[in-house]
Amino acid sequence: MELFPSNSKINFMAIRHGAIAVFVALCLAAIAALALRGFNYALDFTGGTVVEIAFEKPADVEGVRQRLLDAGYESPVVQTFGSGSDIVIRLQPKEDVTGIDNPAETTAGEQTGAAILRAAQTPDNPGRVIRSDFVGPQIGNELAMNGIYAAAFVLLGFLAYIAARFEYKFAVASVAATLGDILLVCGWFAFNQHEFDLTVLAGILSVMGFSINDKIVVFDRVRENFRLLSKIEPKEVLNRSVNQTLSRTVITSFVAFLTVLALYLYGGSSLQGMAESQMIGIVIGTLSSILVACPILLLLGVTKKDLMPKAKTDVEAELARRP
Amino acid sequence: MLQYATWKYVLAAVIILLSVLYAAPNLYPQDPAVQVVANRGGVVDDNLVLRVRGALDKAGISTKSVAIEDGDLIVRATDVDQQTKAADLLRPELGADYNVALNLASTVPDWMGWFGARPMAMGLDLRGGVQFLLEVDQQAAIEKRANAFADEITTVLREGGIAYTGVSRTAEGIQVLLKDPADMNRFRAALSREAPELEQVVDEAQPNRLLARMSPTLISQIMDQAIDQNRSTLDNRINSLGVGEQVIQRQGASRIVVQLPGVQDTAEARKMIGATATLEYRAVVGNEADWAEAARTGVVPPGARLYYMRPQAPGAPRTPILLSRRVIASGDQLVTAAAQPSPDSGLPSVSIELNRAGGERMLAFTRENVGKRMGVVYIETIPEVRIVNGEEVRTSRVVEEVINAATIQGVFGRNFQTTGLDSMEEASTLARLLRAGSLAAPMVIIEERIIGPSLGAANIAAGTQAVFWSFMFVLAFFLVYYKTFGIVTNLALLLNLLMVVALMSLIGATMTLPGLAGIALTVGMSVDANVLINERIREELRNGNTPLASIANGYDKASGTITDANTTALLAGVAMAVFGSGPIRGFGITLILGIITSMYTAVSVSRGIATLIYGRRKKLTKIAI
Repeated sequence: MELFPSNSKINFMAIRHGAIAVFVALCLAAIAALALRGFNYALDFTGGTVVEIAFEKPADVEGVRQRLLDAGYESPVVQTFGSGSDIVIRLQPKEDVTGIDNPAETTAGEQTGAAILRAAQTPDNPGRVIRSDFVGPQIGNELAMNGIYAAAFVLLGFLAYIAARFEYKFAVASVAATLGDILLVCGWFAFNQHEFDLTVLAGILSVMGFSINDKIVVFDRVRENFRLLSKIEPKEVLNRSVNQTLSRTVITSFVAFLTVLALYLYGGSSLQGMAESQMIGIVIGTLSSILVACPILLLLGVTKKDLMPKAKTDVEAELARRP
Repeated sequence: MLQYATWKYVLAAVIILLSVLYAAPNLYPQDPAVQVVANRGGVVDDNLVLRVRGALDKAGISTKSVAIEDGDLIVRATDVDQQTKAADLLRPELGADYNVALNLASTVPDWMGWFGARPMAMGLDLRGGVQFLLEVDQQAAIEKRANAFADEITTVLREGGIAYTGVSRTAEGIQVLLKDPADMNRFRAALSREAPELEQVVDEAQPNRLLARMSPTLISQIMDQAIDQNRSTLDNRINSLGVGEQVIQRQGASRIVVQLPGVQDTAEARKMIGATATLEYRAVVGNEADWAEAARTGVVPPGARLYYMRPQAPGAPRTPILLSRRVIASGDQLVTAAAQPSPDSGLPSVSIELNRAGGERMLAFTRENVGKRMGVVYIETIPEVRIVNGEEVRTSRVVEEVINAATIQGVFGRNFQTTGLDSMEEASTLARLLRAGSLAAPMVIIEERIIGPSLGAANIAAGTQAVFWSFMFVLAFFLVYYKTFGIVTNLALLLNLLMVVALMSLIGATMTLPGLAGIALTVGMSVDANVLINERIREELRNGNTPLASIANGYDKASGTITDANTTALLAGVAMAVFGSGPIRGFGITLILGIITSMYTAVSVSRGIATLIYGRRKKLTKIAI
């Protein structure tokens, strides 16, 4: 069975200007979304408290809210989820409190699961904590910084490895396209205001790996073809390379998409954000591997010469210098 | 042509066998269990088994077994509910002689354990439990040390008879103002002898002023000790309460993670975190015969108190000892304690430094008491909250034990050594306890996560289901798309999964929900190598090569691409493992293992399988791909 004709001769290079224009426009839109709306950061980054409580009987949301206010919590957000007896309570981090001074004490107004449960429940309708996350305000910044370091490490690593194994134009083209992919995924999360938590960050980092992988496979073929087809101009070499790897690119992405889809469908709510970032990332990464990466390479003026072994010219230069 | 060396088959067979062996323990479900560990005074024996069994039967709690396993009594419950009930029943029933902890008991056959095969530990998100992230206030520890140095400088000035106008703490360090600049050199020499850790800064313009600073190395050492100190107190506390499989780890520069699987009640857990420890140096009264007599009769000589020595091993009998009621020095006066070989004899010892007040008292005491013995009492205060008549009553329980009793060899003050220890290990345990008992830097909770047991169970179900379906989708697709080669690919993928699980179990990784997602994604990413090979084989066939040559060429030509593509993907995994914490790290580690194993299975093992199928058929005209 074949999904793609083996001898496809689609002229991808003919639409390269349009493809790059659309890609750049989307990237600009993503930047705009990030600048105007920003991420809807989850608790992991903002700090604060989320408590899920299962009550024995359906809980009265307004009553719970009132009791929390009475206990000294500022503007608690109380919602029901699932059945009517499960509620989720969200609290903003307190600006002036850096933590809990005496860990042994559970003081009033303290933002941890046990204290909130005590305030929210009533004697005739006791509750049970299903899940409670309290994150102090000092953590979020650090996590965000670590995320940025990780992304920077990945990008620099890509640049160095590809520059060493291929050539710097290939490195710049693949990393630029990958960076664009990431930007679009981030833009998607900013645009939709879907919650951005740690697992989404992990998803985005893994998309970087996936996306660069795709581009490397195409570029690998470009390199092979440049050496094989010495008389053909670069544009045609790129076109052939994309066509030859097209079937592989689409199938790999399709299969990877299937696995992530399984995560999205069956993995439960805590993995959904991650799966979502990966699904979007796989689609965008695949398209940019086919439509954008090679045109960038062409824009950078790639030629056969770039891939000629450097060692030889070094030796020649060395010989020329000798008397 | 299409060949595969015999040694490669042997290697593949060995790897498959090992993978099965090390992955298999994960298939054995763990029993929810209650672990009973003997404290001082308690013994785990057949009588205890009968007693526990009787109590459980009477309360109608169903169990799978009650038996002694590896020296502890293990009650295997039929489900989590019965487990909790059994623990709640046994705790008051057995009293203070035993620790009762919730645990998971392995059902893995013994012979697997002989090879070191064990199941992966499950993370809190899968098991339920409490996690705290504590931040240690290192500034407070540095502050305390700076005060001790200021003390010391004053002592140096007094002992040297150097006139001064002031010793004060400033932002830059400890500022010393001498009356007469001529004394400066003498003072500096004395200070470098007494406190070589301090950097001395002098300004030509102010010849009577000296700034003593703590070096960055010293500061980082103090910060390390502050963490270590708090960690020791926590360790000691949580171990003695026996939560079972708890994790107490340092994280980053100033944090400690405490994970308590199975614990739901945070109040209980907070008690452990709130526990504080201190020390008291007291003179030893009487001799062994007196102690035994006092312990037996309960009659204690006036001015003395009966204590017990901390046993060297848990469960060992406790020896009584009598100490004076008068305290010589206490924990808040201890500056540092470090285990090191004694400079004189090279034997294990602990060198101790007290602050000035403590040093003066010690000097006064030792002057009178050379040749007598002195004991160190380790005192732990554990806050407790009890409900009495519906009201919360806050009390605290104090545990005291003597951690060391040594003979005073000579007159000493602030700096002295404790020798006569059996091993360096004993010395470091003593030093650890001493440090834990000195005034610890305060800790605050900066993160608290509670995962209820029902959510843990739901997460396991969701995670395994996601992995299962991602695998099914992929297997089905390959079978349809590549036919016979689909089978080859699928076998390689299955082995890949097996190897990832085996490796994770072997390195003792903790399985978490993101880790499961990582396994699923590994499947998705590792297909890449297989697809590259299969597509290349198809291409070779289209170019008119014979089937056998096509297979061989396909594998050869795809290998380079696979290496390049996977190396870059590996970088992303490494970044997550290095910079990430919690869920991101688990995900990254899984990804790294998955990529490495997929390179082997796709490039080498699948080639071996293909050779097995096609290799011997010389006149192969057509292959199903």
